[in-house]
Amino acid sequence: MKAAAEVNSMNLLDINTVKRKEKSKQKLVILSFMFMALFVYTLFILYPIISTFIYSFYDWNGIETNRAFVGFANYSELFSDPTFWQSLTNNFYLVGVSVFVQIPLGLMMALVLNSNIKGQKLLNVIFFLPYLMSTVAVGLLWVFMFDPTNGPINKTLNSFGIESVTWLAGSPSALIAILIVMAWQFAPFYMILFKAALVGIPEELYEAAGMDGANDIQKFFYVTLPSLIPILISSSVLAIVGSLKTFDLFYVMSGSGAGTSTAILGTFMYEETFVNFRMGYGSTIAAMMFIIALICVVIIQVIDSIQKRKRGLS
Amino acid sequence: MSTLKLVKTSMLYVMAAIIALFAGYPFLYMISTSFKSMNEFFTNPFSALPDSFTLEQYASVFDMGLSSYFLNSIVITVLAVALVVIIAALASYPLSRLKFRLNKSIFTLFIIGMMVPIHATLIPIFVMTNDLGLYDKLLALLGPYVAFALPISVFIFTQFMSEIPAELEEAAKVDGAGHWKIFSKVIFPNVKPAISTVVIYNFIHIWNEFIFALILIQSPEKMTLPIGLQKFYGEFSVNVPGLMAALVLASLPVILTFVIAQEKIVKGLMGGSVKG
Repeated sequence: MKAAAEVNSMNLLDINTVKRKEKSKQKLVILSFMFMALFVYTLFILYPIISTFIYSFYDWNGIETNRAFVGFANYSELFSDPTFWQSLTNNFYLVGVSVFVQIPLGLMMALVLNSNIKGQKLLNVIFFLPYLMSTVAVGLLWVFMFDPTNGPINKTLNSFGIESVTWLAGSPSALIAILIVMAWQFAPFYMILFKAALVGIPEELYEAAGMDGANDIQKFFYVTLPSLIPILISSSVLAIVGSLKTFDLFYVMSGSGAGTSTAILGTFMYEETFVNFRMGYGSTIAAMMFIIALICVVIIQVIDSIQKRKRGLS
Repeated sequence: MSTLKLVKTSMLYVMAAIIALFAGYPFLYMISTSFKSMNEFFTNPFSALPDSFTLEQYASVFDMGLSSYFLNSIVITVLAVALVVIIAALASYPLSRLKFRLNKSIFTLFIIGMMVPIHATLIPIFVMTNDLGLYDKLLALLGPYVAFALPISVFIFTQFMSEIPAELEEAAKVDGAGHWKIFSKVIFPNVKPAISTVVIYNFIHIWNEFIFALILIQSPEKMTLPIGLQKFYGEFSVNVPGLMAALVLASLPVILTFVIAQEKIVKGLMGGSVKG
């Protein structure tokens, strides 16, 4: 008995060293596969984020090598900067348009394409086109759509007897115009999400509702909409993160007299950093944007785990 | 057909028509204007079909340097996309098929990258680019483009790779194949759909990328299309038909890709949506 146990433990020792060796070899293999990705990711995403936070405590024009440590001075300046609050407010409008215009419009598009309408394929392409254009091209195209003298939008208004509007030069018309364009460009993105979600709703649910005597509208509110709630929630939270990434459209379409009324965090940060050369202050704005995004990630995680728990219970 | 059904159907078609007009009219305007002469544009800016169909705008746009923007965009996009495919596929192999302690954390780290606002990295990348002497060089864009394309690409690859049946791998293992061999002979060839999804998705985004090119490139001969278009607008804002021709040309590659590979793009978007 005793001898057998000894042999066993010796074997175990042996197996353990072999295992350990294999493990360290395995570690090396894993590392060699992931090295490039981790290197690029660290160099161009992780390290810059940390640097941004460090720079945010300095006063620095980006050209001179010496920079002055100023503690939280940039942060206190930021919180008393009216342009920051204006930008933050505009970012909220952006989120609002995403949630209350783009998402419903995307849902409508998906419902149209999901019906037995003729010419689905063509409609699908037409609906999706705006999302494929580069944002700069979209911005420039709409600058001419909104042109005060020759633009189709004002001409259409004129034909109804409404006077021309200098869309992009006024406040709040400039912001409204840009938000319309944003809805135009991004509604198709939500359309894709909803199209996939609609296909995923089991046919039996509709049949059961039909047997209970539900009409189409009731079916929509009692079957379709509830099935889409998870995707509605996650799209809405993602709209916040998306708003923090917005830059191109506002950069291209602003700057013709509407002042800071069209500033968003992205353009505000760009202006301070690369136009006014205030790298420290720009970093502070960027750091704030990161913090807001981080909060969104946490919210998404919490929602996700709540949903998983619910699913686990039922 | 009952009246109720008729009303419903016509409502559906009206709605479809309104949305199609909203989504499609700007394209119609862009395309038809691009075929007009300056004269015709000013006398007749809204006709859907030009009276005298001219290609002069397309010719003039190339004279003004659009071809170099095109070339730069092609070079950087092809380079970045090729690198992303290789790097992301390599990284996804251990993440999807090997067990190790940090697996989940590293995967999460990559996925969280999708949420990072680009602005949070701009200044350090700008400083770094200057320090490396890469400012105003096309190559300066490569690192940021690859890095920001990694999260979605790793996500797509790991999804596809984890679905490959273990038997395929076992057979290779019995033949004495190591990890590199398994990756190159079994895993990589079996994720072809993922490769095309990653290629197309990143092609669209990198082709249209704006802000890195804006801060890292200065001279016109190094500019990519989005920056070039912006510069065009500054210089030729009076020549609306010419600008529209430039917009049509710049959008064409992506639109053609979509028409050819609709499903792949949609799949990529779906993958991306899980995060945003």
